[in-house]
Amino acid sequence: MLEVQDLHKAFGKVRAVDGVSFVARDGEITGLLGPNGAGKTTTLRMLYTLMKPDRGQVLVDGQDAQRDPIAARRQLGVLPDSRGLYKRLTCRESIEYFGQLHGYDAATARQRAQALIELLDIGSIADRPTEGFSQGERVKTAIGCALVHDPRNVILDEPTNGLDVMSTRRMRALVKSFREQGRCVLFSSHIMQEVAALCDRIVVIAHGKVVAAGTPDELRASTGESNLEEAFVRIIGTDEGLAA
Amino acid sequence: MSAMVTVFLKEVRENLRDRKTVFNSLLMGPIMGPLLFVVMMSVILNRELDRAEQPLKLPVIGAEQAPNLVGFLRQQGVQVLPPPADAEAAVKAQEFDVVLRIPAEFPQAWAKGESAPVELVYDASQRDANRPRERAKDLIEAYGRQVSALRLLARGVHPLVTRPVAVVERDQSSAAARAGQIMAFLPYVLMIGAFIGGMYLAIDTTAGERERRSLEPLLATPNSASSIMLGKLSATTSFALASLVLTLIAFALLVPRLPLDKLGFQLDFGLVTALKVLLLCAPVVLFASALQTLVAAYAKSFREAQSYLQLILFVPMIPSIAVMIVPLKTELWMMATPLLAQNLAINKLVRGEAVPTLHFALAIGVMLVLALVITAITAQVYKREQLAAST
Repeated sequence: MLEVQDLHKAFGKVRAVDGVSFVARDGEITGLLGPNGAGKTTTLRMLYTLMKPDRGQVLVDGQDAQRDPIAARRQLGVLPDSRGLYKRLTCRESIEYFGQLHGYDAATARQRAQALIELLDIGSIADRPTEGFSQGERVKTAIGCALVHDPRNVILDEPTNGLDVMSTRRMRALVKSFREQGRCVLFSSHIMQEVAALCDRIVVIAHGKVVAAGTPDELRASTGESNLEEAFVRIIGTDEGLAA
Repeated sequence: MSAMVTVFLKEVRENLRDRKTVFNSLLMGPIMGPLLFVVMMSVILNRELDRAEQPLKLPVIGAEQAPNLVGFLRQQGVQVLPPPADAEAAVKAQEFDVVLRIPAEFPQAWAKGESAPVELVYDASQRDANRPRERAKDLIEAYGRQVSALRLLARGVHPLVTRPVAVVERDQSSAAARAGQIMAFLPYVLMIGAFIGGMYLAIDTTAGERERRSLEPLLATPNSASSIMLGKLSATTSFALASLVLTLIAFALLVPRLPLDKLGFQLDFGLVTALKVLLLCAPVVLFASALQTLVAAYAKSFREAQSYLQLILFVPMIPSIAVMIVPLKTELWMMATPLLAQNLAINKLVRGEAVPTLHFALAIGVMLVLALVITAITAQVYKREQLAAST
């Protein structure tokens, strides 16, 4: 479970995150929706302790993430916005590398890499260097690296960015399978259809603030719009930066 | 600790797969530096040898005007050649280094007992011509002195009257020290090598990793940023050290091929010297790698980092060039000055001179402390959140 309480973060005069609070529960997919530049990535970076909040608190499974960032990161599987691969390592070697960075010995890391290669169905590319991978193959490899330690909490920053239709569909199926496994999934996107189709709960962020939160039905009801897209536009006040 | 080892092994493995890196830091650097050095040295040395051994070739214009002078020159082993049609043009065209012209007024002046003129035609901008010109001038002056002594004797004057002071030159440089002078270039090559050997890795593991956007996932793993940085730094240092060891091996193999002994020089580049030089340079390698990692951490892209690090290359050049240009008398404070100390100590070692243990320890110790300070600063920089989140 991930809890975010009153997070603030400013870069110079720009208040990137200005009082964000929400809860992402186990066994649910929580969507973080907002236009580009709304503060989603900064919020997530504070969640996985890469940035320190100016104010506010992050709880990972009830533990204060700032007090022990390394312990918090152990509970998190993170697919960041930046997810470059090592082009001279194969997909399998990359996942094994992250396994070892999570403290596994070589043999265990190898087993875990094999398990993830099967889970992600990437056996055919597992032993090729990642240079020359397609977008979909790259994202899958990056997810393999992020989930090598079987984390309870999964943070995905715009995981479908740059993916084609088929890869996006497979990605959605994968995210749903994480929910079925009882994990807590926090998923950021600027694509309304995706969030609407996947998420149990939606947190809408604009200008660094949470402007609405709830299930898709609740959001529709609160705005009086039957169409979710119209509901979002009404909540955010503009359709700028949102993709259908 | 284990994260450091993991990162180290991965960086080494990944970079060994990169032909460009292997070629640059493990082949080009260690071979090219010494090879260039040895080729340059042997060209210089062979030239010196040629000059020293060959008889002086001297075309003489108007040899019939002064048969005694020409006879003296022949006696001294000079090859007197028939003159070219145009002496000035021949010298300019570098057909001859120097031409002796005995003017028509020579016999007259000689007979009258006046200063008889002779001309040496040469081109001072040709460095090669300097030595033959000096030899020709010395010989003609020696002839002059001989004749003047005879003339004085004929008048009943002791020739020594005209030489109230006698200068006797006593060169105290040993053969090894003279070779060492030529070898002043060596520390320069080694210092630059220490900086270049790990340069590619320093960039690739920091700015390169950031440019490829793979730094953020790495820093999101449950490891301290400093342990990750130390892993990267040890990979960079290992490559630089390997490069240095290969450079020293190349030197040890190539230097004995130099014709130093023919000039009476002796150069100490045996196993013990090589090991001592390695010991002196190892902290420099650590310092260079840490400094490069630190600077590259501030760069946003591979190219940016590359341009910064090329500027850093001037750091080791300064003391090396200073030592080459201004011969310094070694004092204690110099041995406590990083890089300068290495230059002086290596110079002494290859000359076969002893380096006092205190100096040796000081040179290594100060450099090591400096390297550790830079490493600590780099570790702090890696903790800053802007590092990963700058994309």
